[in-house]
Parts: sequence; C-alpha cells; structure tokens
Amino acid sequence: MSVLVGKGTRLIVQGITGREGSFHARGCADYGTKVVGGVTPGKGGMIHEGWPVFNTVEEAVRETGANATVIFVPPPAAADGILEAAAAGIPLIVCITEGIPVLDMVRVWEVVKNSRSRLIGPNCPGVISPGKAKIGIMPGLIHKEGSVGIISRSGTLTYEAVYQLSERGIGQSTAIGIGGDPIVGTTHVDALKLLNEDPDTEAIVMIGEIGGSNEEAAAAYVREHVKKPVVGFIAGQTAPPGRRMGHAGAIISGGEGTAQSKMEAMRAAGIHVAVSPAEIGATMQRVMGK
Amino acid sequence: MKIHEYQGKEILRNFGVAVPEGEMATTLEQAYTAADQLFSSGHKVVVVKAQIHAGGRGKGGGVKLVKTLEEAAAASKAILGMQLVTHQTGPQGQRVRRLLIEAGSAIDRELYLGLVVDRASGQVVFMASPAGGMEIEEVAHETPEKIYKEYVDPRTGFQPYQARKLAFKLGLQPSQIGEAVKCMMGMYRAFLDSDCTLMEINPFISTKDHKLLALDCKMNFDDNAMFRHKMLRELRDISEEDPLEVEASKYALNYIKLDGSIACMVNGAGLAMATMDIIKYAGGAPANFLDVGGGASQEQIENAFGILLSDSNVKAIFINIFGGILRVDVLAQGVVNAARNLNVSLPIVLRLEGTNVEEGRKILAESGLNFQVGATMKEAADLVVAAAGGATRQQN
Repeated sequence: MSVLVGKGTRLIVQGITGREGSFHARGCADYGTKVVGGVTPGKGGMIHEGWPVFNTVEEAVRETGANATVIFVPPPAAADGILEAAAAGIPLIVCITEGIPVLDMVRVWEVVKNSRSRLIGPNCPGVISPGKAKIGIMPGLIHKEGSVGIISRSGTLTYEAVYQLSERGIGQSTAIGIGGDPIVGTTHVDALKLLNEDPDTEAIVMIGEIGGSNEEAAAAYVREHVKKPVVGFIAGQTAPPGRRMGHAGAIISGGEGTAQSKMEAMRAAGIHVAVSPAEIGATMQRVMGK
Repeated sequence: MKIHEYQGKEILRNFGVAVPEGEMATTLEQAYTAADQLFSSGHKVVVVKAQIHAGGRGKGGGVKLVKTLEEAAAASKAILGMQLVTHQTGPQGQRVRRLLIEAGSAIDRELYLGLVVDRASGQVVFMASPAGGMEIEEVAHETPEKIYKEYVDPRTGFQPYQARKLAFKLGLQPSQIGEAVKCMMGMYRAFLDSDCTLMEINPFISTKDHKLLALDCKMNFDDNAMFRHKMLRELRDISEEDPLEVEASKYALNYIKLDGSIACMVNGAGLAMATMDIIKYAGGAPANFLDVGGGASQEQIENAFGILLSDSNVKAIFINIFGGILRVDVLAQGVVNAARNLNVSLPIVLRLEGTNVEEGRKILAESGLNFQVGATMKEAADLVVAAAGGATRQQN
C-alpha cells in the first residue's frame, strides 16, 4: 500500500494539450501511472498523443472513470480548474500551477474543504510512490522504492532529500510535495497523518521553510501522535525578515515563522533536526540504524 | 508590490475611508503651494511627510509638524532629497523623492486596523486594536489580548455586525460607530478589490472632536494578481526598489539582493534558501537569493549571470542545480556562454545533479573554461567559500 497514488490511480490531466501538461502527462505515463485522458476546453473529441481529450472535467470523469487529476492550467484560470475538479467529485486533485492569486485560493479552499476532494498544492511538484506511480513533475529516476515517507513545501529541495536517501540505499514509500503557497490544500499535519497511518512507511522526512506556523503545528502533531522516527529540516535559516523568498509562503513577518522557532519546535517534539541541508540523508541513515 | 502612503490613502478615499486632506509634492514649489492651501483653508497644523517604501519614517526625521508657511518650506527643504535612514531601509537609507503635505489632526486616541490573509484558517482576518501607533508585532507579542480579530467567511464577505463588534471593543463612542463601520467596510472592499495581501491603518485616530481618520496607510499587493490590475501596476515606483531586483524582474528571475560575497544561482525557491544556508554553515555569506525557476532557458541563465556580476561585492559564484524540468545540459551551455560573453574572471563552483547531468558535465569539461565542480552540496559550499577568500564568520 502507498498513500494518495498507486496502481489503482486513474489520472486525467487538466491542460493536457498545453506544453507543460503534454510533457508531464507523458512523464507520468512513462513512470507507470495510468493516464486515462485529459481536459482542454474547446478541444473535446480530439485524441492527443493517444489520450482522449474532453471539454469538461465532468465529462472526462464520466467517460474514463478517473479518480485523480493533475492541473497544469495557467495561474489566471487555475483556481477555476480546481473548482471544476472538485465539482466533478474527483477524490484527488493535484495542482502544479505556480502563481495563483491568494484571494482566489481563499475562495477555492472554502469549497474544497467542504467537498469530497483532497487537494495537493498548488505550487507543488506533486506526489510519487516510487515503483508504483507518480502524479507530478518530479524526475522519477532519482527515486527508489522503500519505506521512508517525505513531506516538503519545495520541489527541488525534495529532490535533493530523495537523492541523498537513494544514494545511501534508503528507498521511499511516498513523497508528497505540499506546495509553497500560503494556502495549500494539504498541510504538513495532513500529510503527516497520511504517512503515519501508512503501514509501508517506517520513517518520515519533513522539510519545511520559513514563514507561517505550519511546521510548528506539525511538530505538535508529531509529539502527540507519531511513533515513527521523523527527520526534519527548515530552509531559510539565513533569510532576511520581511522578504519573500520565491515561494509566496516563505516570508518571515513580525518574528513569526523564523527558522529558529521552527527548529526548536521540532526538537522539542523529538524530531531529529538536520541543521545543514547536506545532512538530511545522513541523519535519516543514523536514525534508522542502517 | 508596495505603494506609497499617499497612493494608499487615495485608494482608501475612493472606498469611503476618511483620510486627512493633503497633496503629494515632488518639488519645493508644489510643497509650498500645498501647505499654503491648507493653512488658507483654516488648518492650524500641517504635516510634512517623506514618502518612501519603508516604515519608521518619523523616528528617522522624515515627518515634521509645522505651524507656519515658513516652517513648512524649511521642513520640505530638509526632507526632500534627504537620505532617510530607518530600521527598514538599511544603513545606506533611501532617498526621499516625494513628500505628502497633509492637514494635521488633534489626536485623542490612536487605534489600529488591519487586514491580512491568515494561512492557518485560509481566510481573510480583520484585526483591530486599541494599542495604535505601536508596531502591531510588538502588541501581539506583549499584550495579545489587546488584538481583536474577526474571521471573514469567503461566502458572505466581511459583515457590518463584525465591524460593529470590533468598533465597540475598541471603545468608540456610540456616535462614532456608524462612521467606524463605514471605514472598516471600505477597507475590506479595498482589500478585496485591489488583491491585497496586507492592509494596515496605524494609527487610525479619533480626534478631539470625535472624528475618525486614517492617519497612515500601508498596503502590500499580491504580485501574482497584478495581471488583473492595470491601474495598480501603474502605481509601482521602481526608484524605490533595488535596481538589480528591477532588472531581474524583467527576465522573470526571482532575485533578492543580500550583502554577502558569494553569488548563488539555484533552481527552486526551497533549494535556493537551503543553498544560502549551507554557504553560511561553510563560513561564508550569500550575496543574493536567486531562483532561476523550473523552465529556465539559456538566455535566462545568461541574463541571470549578468545580474549576479553587477553586484560589486561578489567574489565567487555558486551554481547549485538539481535538474528536474530544467535540464542540466541546458544550464551548463548557458553558463559556458555567459562566462565567455561576459568575460567572467571570478571563480565559479558548480554542483549539478539530475536530468541530463552527464551531458552537462561534459559541456563544462569541454569548454576549456575554469570551473570547479563539487560532488555534493557540502563539498561545493566549502570550495566556493575558499574561492571567495575563506570563511568570513565563525560557524555556529
């Protein structure tokens, strides 16, 4: 078993005829994910690289039995894309799009949290269960099947952590990129819950960033509920306050969300904190006794 | 994106929030005329305020109260063109290019009103506090019970009853409640309409004759939403921004200037922050944050190089790329081209991994240029710190 994605995943791609959507639909399929079609309004009825294209998500779900969607729609229309997927009742929505206005996400979140759908992202690399399936843009090659779950706000930093683990022969159960925006559908705590309950996950790497208080909440959750060993890292220890470091979420404001306070919260919860980003793999190796 | 106080007040005025009478001036003549008008229309006190994109202007000498036209002229002359240093500008300060000449008010109470997107609830929250005039972060830290909050349900928006609750908690007079509600509803509509991420009126004052006025105003806009706000985009004042950051934004590069000596070029915001961190642990200091993004082209890599090199503090360059969407060979070719075209003489250390890494390494090796390559992040960080002249700070 793996969380979120697996052999039973039937994926559609919103924006499948676009450059990114098309490229990554192929990437997901090549990794072994069952891609069953795509959506581009106005191009319904077409066949794109062998996949049927539909005008609406509702139609795509009805015709293909899709249970997951990945969104590559440009930022001005991406919020609408998420709402359309939620209205169609798709259980898993992964939104890759970066740059969605935050007030759009306020409205989207109000709907999604009251729906049957789980949203991953936006502004995220997606989800991968190595050896089974992936929904997203991560390079499959660096992953290795195994038992460490990974949670991260960042794309390339997740790849870095995965790489350090794979190099040491430590495989991964599921890597969840939750996204770098201030409002995301699945938080560190939600993702921790999933991995904590997953029998195939023996240990967890949690990568956070400066800004907000998500990591502090996650640390509190670990202290209360998680018996599996957890390794943590916080990026942005040297970032100046008040500046947005790329991710809209990564901003220290008014003393809240500093790397220091997050690392302290993690340590207090018994999380093994890697201070340097080069130590994530080695720390996990030590913790697992391998 | 940020705007000036006078621009923010103009927006607030359009949404029915009461602000003092005043005018923006870029010359001493304009300042004089504006002050003259205010005194002539019966105002006893006029305020001359420096307009820069940083807080703490009063403490830095950028705000002066005057009672005569002569004083107004002298204050304008002192402030316009000065290098204003506040806790937010850094030691070099910010040149004052604009003034706001405004009617003074007889302040009875200083309050705080603010709107922000709350990450934890995913909702907009309206905050009010009787402890106005102070940094709200300080209030939140020392007397959190003095901050009242109303969460806004996105389905209905901010409601008058919520504004009334806040107004009564602030201890306003019954006769002031109607006006306070009008101001707060106006603020909320302005926040929504302009895609703000933050809006603060600090202080929001009650005058001795019980009038309510927004005496200062801070607005931050959501850069991601500026595509749908042509009017707001025109309010941008690039003379207030770092020239290198302005240059970077033209090429869709995410660049923030810092004060160290090691320039960084990284793909992905998280890895870019982690790269800055590892430089620090190796004993160096990063000169910048730069995320070239997922789909950078060779041209973008060259442009990014140009920006890194225009920072005269830079002594060495650290390129840390984990190829995902961005292919390592594309990056390597861009780096080689840039190094040739720009005649780069500074040491360059690379750490490359991911998609097409072998092709990328081959391009570097065959270029005949002098690059150092680190096998891991740690090794590369040590190399680049040594290349920049060794550790500048103790490791902690």
